[in-house]
Amino acid sequence: MELIQQLVNGISLGSIYALIALGYTMVYGIVRLINFAHGDVFMVGSFVGFYAVTMLGVGFFPALLLAMASCAVLGMIIERIAYKPLRNAARIAVLITAIGVSLLIEYVTIYLRGAQPEAYPSTLLPDRNLKLFGVVISSQSLFILGTSLVLMILLQFIVHRTKIGKAMRAVSHDAEAARLMGINVDNTISATFAIGSALAGAAGVIFGIYYTKIEPLMGILPGLKAFVAAVLGGIGIIPGAMVGGLLLGVIESLVSGLGYSLWRDGVAFVILILILIFRPAGLFGKNVREKV
Amino acid sequence: MKKKRAAGVFFSLMLTAGLLAGCGGNQQGGSSSGGNSGGGGGGDVIKIGANLELSGGVASYGQSIAEGLDLALEEINKEGINGKKLELVKVDNKSEAAEATNGAIKLISQDKVVAIIGSATSTNTLAQVQVANDNKVPLITPTGTNPTITNKDGKVNEFVFRTCFIDPFQGTVAAKFALNELKVKNAAVLIDSSSDYSKGLAASFKDAFTQGGGKIIAEEAYVAKDTDFRATLTRIKSKNPEFIFLPGYYEEVGLIVKQARELGLNVPIMGGDGWDSPKLVEIAGKDALNNTYITNHYSSGDPDPKIQEFVKAFKAKYNKAPDAFNALGYDTAYFLADAIKRAGSADPVKIKDALAQTKDLQLVSGTMTLNENHDPVKSAAILEYKDGQQQFKTKVNP
Repeated sequence: MELIQQLVNGISLGSIYALIALGYTMVYGIVRLINFAHGDVFMVGSFVGFYAVTMLGVGFFPALLLAMASCAVLGMIIERIAYKPLRNAARIAVLITAIGVSLLIEYVTIYLRGAQPEAYPSTLLPDRNLKLFGVVISSQSLFILGTSLVLMILLQFIVHRTKIGKAMRAVSHDAEAARLMGINVDNTISATFAIGSALAGAAGVIFGIYYTKIEPLMGILPGLKAFVAAVLGGIGIIPGAMVGGLLLGVIESLVSGLGYSLWRDGVAFVILILILIFRPAGLFGKNVREKV
Repeated sequence: MKKKRAAGVFFSLMLTAGLLAGCGGNQQGGSSSGGNSGGGGGGDVIKIGANLELSGGVASYGQSIAEGLDLALEEINKEGINGKKLELVKVDNKSEAAEATNGAIKLISQDKVVAIIGSATSTNTLAQVQVANDNKVPLITPTGTNPTITNKDGKVNEFVFRTCFIDPFQGTVAAKFALNELKVKNAAVLIDSSSDYSKGLAASFKDAFTQGGGKIIAEEAYVAKDTDFRATLTRIKSKNPEFIFLPGYYEEVGLIVKQARELGLNVPIMGGDGWDSPKLVEIAGKDALNNTYITNHYSSGDPDPKIQEFVKAFKAKYNKAPDAFNALGYDTAYFLADAIKRAGSADPVKIKDALAQTKDLQLVSGTMTLNENHDPVKSAAILEYKDGQQQFKTKVNP
């Protein structure tokens, strides 16, 4: 029973990692950039959701949409201002810029509203506990898992069945050739940032509901974990990010469940190192070119 | 006795050194010692520093202490001390130890304060101990409860004092309460392994609990800033404890209590003064907090007239009931003011001597006498959360 409970705990945690990891992996797939500001977009989404609920008094879905929309805009702004001018620069320059953007978002948020934590309103989603054979599943975690799954399916649909998705795959495959074929590469990259950031925003709202406490530096650790998840699944591969996120969540829960709670974060990064050593392309990586 | 005489000789040497240094151009009459200019005593104001957590993870503590200090200084400055007014210089340590050290250095070297009040947490106070001792400026923590703040390896930190009781006392009181009042036989302990405070409380709880015949059946740990405790709590639940001791700070404690109740872990949970923040109720939710207890420095529900007078003054200024951090901040200002008055001067070394001799000082958080470790000897209150409100349960004397 304890093991099943730990799996339930892990899947709830993992679906949040997976949502953030999707954004990482999409952006990497297209522009080969590890967007370290992604975790902070997640934080901004969480705060937008919080203020939407407390100040505008809206419910869960409007708050979620609002957070996704503002994060999409934020993602595009970040791309246009910080990354686009560096598109042909050395990759290290872009990486350093990404870290700079991350710190900028964190401290602008602290400047605007202070560093004190905020508690998400608990009335947003019905909070009932289902008991199945001694395993407690809160209705909230089911909701979270459901929302995450819907968003992931939607993403798969966008990437594989729409025009913009086709353009994204083409740019990811070969940006120059795509340009020659008449694809607007800049717009495609913007769209990628918008979609990835919207997912991070959704993850922010979901995180707020599930874990209650939000604060301006909350994006750092989930951001890093999501990065590990993306690498675990194979960076640049969308199903890989999902599986990597869920797997990482479950592994963390099991590690804590065995009584090594202090090793939990350590294990996540050991996994990162092991993957990089033994299977740098990730679990889903093959010898083909990375896809979005 | 021998110790005292040695200390006396030392102090008089220090004073002489101070006077000599004072002749070297500093006209504030011996207020400096060993080359450090503690000139905050000049003019009509006496500058005291406050190094507090005004932002960051435990900002609620620092802000509460600042409110208490402001109220007390307002009252004290109506009369003044020996014709001088107290002026408070606040610095924000952002709830980080490195910033706390920087803040202490700034207060001493730039603002030339005669004493520093702060910080709220043990870790951030410990970060300033060396600076205070080296510069010979008294440091008083209103709420830092770790024993090593004032006494490390059997050696008293001369310039460091506190207004609150220490961790072993809180842990012992909690263990006795669990054994005698709640009648539990076994307990699980969940510690914030990144906090000296949490580890200190847990150690004394375990000692007292096992000595009293109880059994510790699970011991787990987390680190500050964690948000997911479900895995650890599931593990604790599988051992069926009757009681959980959770000495941590409100941000994590709020989440832990909430997640524990969600997992169906409904046993009594108890902690220390680190729980005491309105944010705790927001994060955990009222219902989850039922059947939880804390040891604390004081309760605004205590019928003692001195306390009720303070509660009234505080409500008039801030329009809310004071929590223990407000009370200890307030008490710390009076503790220091009393010492400055008795020292008859704003010289940091004389203030330190006067602080060390504090006896039977009537404060809101109890009658205070300092022991040889610069730790106050006073009572603790036990509070119970009922529908998000703290209720005064009982008072325990040392």
